[in-house]
Amino acid sequence: MAYLDHAASTPMLPEAVAAVTAAMAASGNPSSLHTTGRRARRVVEESREALAQALGARPSEVVFTGGGTESDNLAVKGMYFARRAADPRRTRVLASAVEHHAVLDAVEWLVAHEGATVTWLPVDDVGRVHAEVLADALADDVALVTVMWANNEVGTVQPVRALADLAHEYDVPFHTDAVQAVGQLPLDFAASGVDAMTVTGHKFGGPLGAGALLMGRDVQCTPLLHGGGQERDVRSGTVDVPGVAGLACAATIAVERQPAHAARLSALRDDLVARVQQVLPDAVLNGDTGAGRLPGNAHFSFPGCEGDSLLLLLDARGVEVSTGSACSAGVARPSHVLLAMGAAEERARASLRFSLGHTSTSSDVDALVEALPGVVERARLVRR
Amino acid sequence: MKLLAAMSGGVDSAVAAALAVEAGHDVTGVHLALSEAPATLRTGSRGCCSREDARDAARSADVLDIPFYVWDLAARFKADVVDDFVSEYAAGRTPNPCLRCNEKIKFSAVLDRALALGFDAVVTGHHARLADGVLRRSVDLDKDQSYVLAVLTQEQLAGTVLPLGELTKAEVRAAAAARGLGVADKPDSHDVCFIADGDTAGFLRKRLGAQPGPVVDALTGAVVGTHDGAYGYTVGQRRGLALSVPAADGKPRYVLSVSPVDRTVTVGPAAALDVRTVRATAPVRLVDDLPGRCDVQLRAHGAVHACSVHDEADGWRLELASPARGIAAGQAAVLYDGDRVVASATVSAAV
Repeated sequence: MAYLDHAASTPMLPEAVAAVTAAMAASGNPSSLHTTGRRARRVVEESREALAQALGARPSEVVFTGGGTESDNLAVKGMYFARRAADPRRTRVLASAVEHHAVLDAVEWLVAHEGATVTWLPVDDVGRVHAEVLADALADDVALVTVMWANNEVGTVQPVRALADLAHEYDVPFHTDAVQAVGQLPLDFAASGVDAMTVTGHKFGGPLGAGALLMGRDVQCTPLLHGGGQERDVRSGTVDVPGVAGLACAATIAVERQPAHAARLSALRDDLVARVQQVLPDAVLNGDTGAGRLPGNAHFSFPGCEGDSLLLLLDARGVEVSTGSACSAGVARPSHVLLAMGAAEERARASLRFSLGHTSTSSDVDALVEALPGVVERARLVRR
Repeated sequence: MKLLAAMSGGVDSAVAAALAVEAGHDVTGVHLALSEAPATLRTGSRGCCSREDARDAARSADVLDIPFYVWDLAARFKADVVDDFVSEYAAGRTPNPCLRCNEKIKFSAVLDRALALGFDAVVTGHHARLADGVLRRSVDLDKDQSYVLAVLTQEQLAGTVLPLGELTKAEVRAAAAARGLGVADKPDSHDVCFIADGDTAGFLRKRLGAQPGPVVDALTGAVVGTHDGAYGYTVGQRRGLALSVPAADGKPRYVLSVSPVDRTVTVGPAAALDVRTVRATAPVRLVDDLPGRCDVQLRAHGAVHACSVHDEADGWRLELASPARGIAAGQAAVLYDGDRVVASATVSAAV
């Protein structure tokens, strides 16, 4: 099996599995006051310190959550509510047009239910938001800006520092979804200048369902979950002790290995791109090249094919990939990311994402390159 | 064989896929997303493509350990089935959307795509027997679906596998339970899947608007009532007529014909519904030589009538040995030789 879908979820690191199972073998509620509770709390707080250390944040800036979607929702809605409460004129959200659905849908919910308006920040043909675009959109009525660190579909890295600085000229808080970036790109919360940052464990070798929102100490955020205020009074619920232990362990290792990991993945990815283009000269590489792209990401459109058909045919040959845009019923829609980049619907539907991770080897690329020409030829027979 | 199993989320298609797997075939499951705005949860026995149904289909595929995908055919379904349904009613005919879906979606769009992707055939959970190109009724006559499959051509049947024909519905449910399929006791689906509340007249009114007109008594020629739209009426219908003038003989009156052009609904006594001659167009033959005498079924789960078949310029004239009642244009006339389907055509007129 060639697993080329690490951007969806990457296998857990053995050390993280060990950390999770060790914490599972222990018991206790970290909020309890007795010895057992204190032991559990110690695991949580050491995990908090380790995660903060790995990501350039202070421990008090780590809010543990149930994953990326929860962190995005907490940031977008919570910061919106708090900013609007402080000044009712602040009802506009600025978000890039290529955000993950966890941000897109949260913003659209605010528009539908909370009187928000949204300005979708357009991107260029590689999917990047330009500073001028944000500068033009900023004004006193903006509640927050949210632009992802790196795109989950086409891998384009955003100029987050520059965008955050611009937002701060208007004293507008800036959130970034950095789910895809941890372990692949150098990442430092303090140095990035952002006010809030979403991360989640299963994209860098930690467990599913464990994530965090890093949030500056002076950032106002209205809670979405009520009932105890365990996490800085902004997120209630008993902390998932094994989950955060695995999250912190994986983050520590992923960040430590990031430079070597990125170099290895970039080389493997460049090989994949070159060989795909060699066997299928009409394949269109979507997104940026070089440092402007996640090291593990390759994303192509295959003219005349549907991504759905390609996925099915590759799956049957043991090559696991993604069309990059899953929907609730599993029905594929043309990617909003590709459409925002100016691609026609046909090209958007004809696309596949190949994403590499820590277990990827050249034999995975070999399997893809061997299967792909026959699969593309077969997929072209499917009438639209 | 490499088979593509169409899995609705119901018990029949799940068992069909299971039997195909057990017969040693290489099976891949697909759920057809046919609704443009699927409901999250299923409601009662209606609807066939809520997200819950997709999930049920996925769970069955998990249990069978086969690959599973969702294919979005909502646009095709709307164009070929829903819009056709509305325009047929607007033209005064009574369509059978299940039959149209089999003809245009399951055994056309899906089969074409399956063949293009390298599959040998499509497996479905229809209750009918199919072997060596011969389509026959299911052993379970109450559940028999050969009528809605009769419109398929020889080529389409050649790409079709129907594993359930030898099983009764009870046996299908038992087979599902024995295999640990959670859909074993899921209720059967009824009615038109895309009309969630079962209100066909309301569904048509929303799309066609009110088109009021007279209800005319066939015997007297008198206007005996009014209606909001002729499309809301089907030949043979008795209920919902709201006639203001009682019949001379005091007996109930039925819809005898529907004419959307002059917006007239004609009513009359039950005896006037009896039909002995049926004209049908667009015939599809499943055998080279039609027997001179055979049986005809004129609606889903309807009665069977012995008949003789006579060629005409644009189809057939069927002379029935016993009168059929309430036959509407647009329905399929399916010819059987015993339990074998030999041909089908579309009813154009009943005399």
